[in-house]
Amino acid sequence: MADAHARPPARRRLLVSGLLLGLGTAGAVDEIVFHQLLHWHHFYDRASGAAGLVSDGLLHAGTFSAAVAGMALLADARRRGRFVPALWWGAVLTGAGAFQVWDGLVHHKLLRLHQVRYGVDLTGYDVGWIVPGVLLLAAGVALLLRARARPVAVT
Amino acid sequence: MTAAALGVLLAAGAGHVAATWRCRSPWPLARTAAWLLGLAAAGVAVAGPARAHHDLHAHMAGHLLLGMVAPLLLVLAAPVTLALRALPPRGARRLARLLRTPPARWLTDPLVAVPLNAAGLWLLYGTGLHTALAGRPALTTLVWAHLLVSGYLATASVLAVDPAPHRRPVAVRAVALAGGAAAHDVLAKVLYAHPPAGTVGAEAGARLMYDGGTVLTLVTAALLWRRWYVSRDAVRAAARPA
Repeated sequence: MADAHARPPARRRLLVSGLLLGLGTAGAVDEIVFHQLLHWHHFYDRASGAAGLVSDGLLHAGTFSAAVAGMALLADARRRGRFVPALWWGAVLTGAGAFQVWDGLVHHKLLRLHQVRYGVDLTGYDVGWIVPGVLLLAAGVALLLRARARPVAVT
Repeated sequence: MTAAALGVLLAAGAGHVAATWRCRSPWPLARTAAWLLGLAAAGVAVAGPARAHHDLHAHMAGHLLLGMVAPLLLVLAAPVTLALRALPPRGARRLARLLRTPPARWLTDPLVAVPLNAAGLWLLYGTGLHTALAGRPALTTLVWAHLLVSGYLATASVLAVDPAPHRRPVAVRAVALAGGAAAHDVLAKVLYAHPPAGTVGAEAGARLMYDGGTVLTLVTAALLWRRWYVSRDAVRAAARPA
């Protein structure tokens, strides 16, 4: 379907799809890389209290649910012929970056729920956690602004 | 008490098969298979692992079968739809009226059924109830029935396979499902950190509860969104010209 301007509701659905999939992917990468491969994070860290348990459970359930919902909304947007690559990728990067920055700043530093790694000096790890998040977020927002300024022709 | 519980499950299977004969339209074989498999999952849990109170690892296998696998399969069998089609017209009208009463509407609302299901689990493992069940067969059977029924209501309210008078939008049902999963995850980690008194295998049991809960919630979420994707409203909205 050739349509230069996807209608606002369809755009919003595509935006939500990208944000949810970005959140879900960042959450999955966090669990797979740091829990399963590196074993820096554990099923239960004695260091984290009750609030840490609650935030872990919410994040785990929330991220995988977001990923499933994001895929369904993406499938619907494609069925409507309303897929705008710049908009969707911008939303994915924004979602992933927002998750990473939120996790690094609010969970790790502000609430001190748990840390990137235990028993070592954290400065380097925190920078390594938050800076990529900021970069992802900036790239995502830039793509979103571009998609907004210049609606891409839909194929 | 186990014999009584298995008897109830057998009766439910026989009732379903009898209803498919009386059904006014051909009843899909897959739904009958889902119903019988769901009852079988509950039967396996009741006859075996769910009785292991002290071994939390075996117990959790039973808990997952009885509280998550069996309810999901039973919901997919659409038993209310079958009952409405198999009952004589007067009975079907009475059942439809019953489903519209306020208590039935509350119990099939995901914002009520999912928290009720989670609260039951927290009551069972968070208080001394789990430990108190050992050697009390009547109370144990009651808890099993609660686990199966509240699991069924929660899953049914989220998936809405059967007709529901006031169905919540898909996003509300998805959020309710995720909230229930979060409560399940947190409880699993709490059990890992603070196992109930007098149990062994708490660490393996808690991990099984966490991972099994994740897999079954993922399957349920996929089914929920798949049903939305092929639903009449979504297909019609997608076909509408810009």
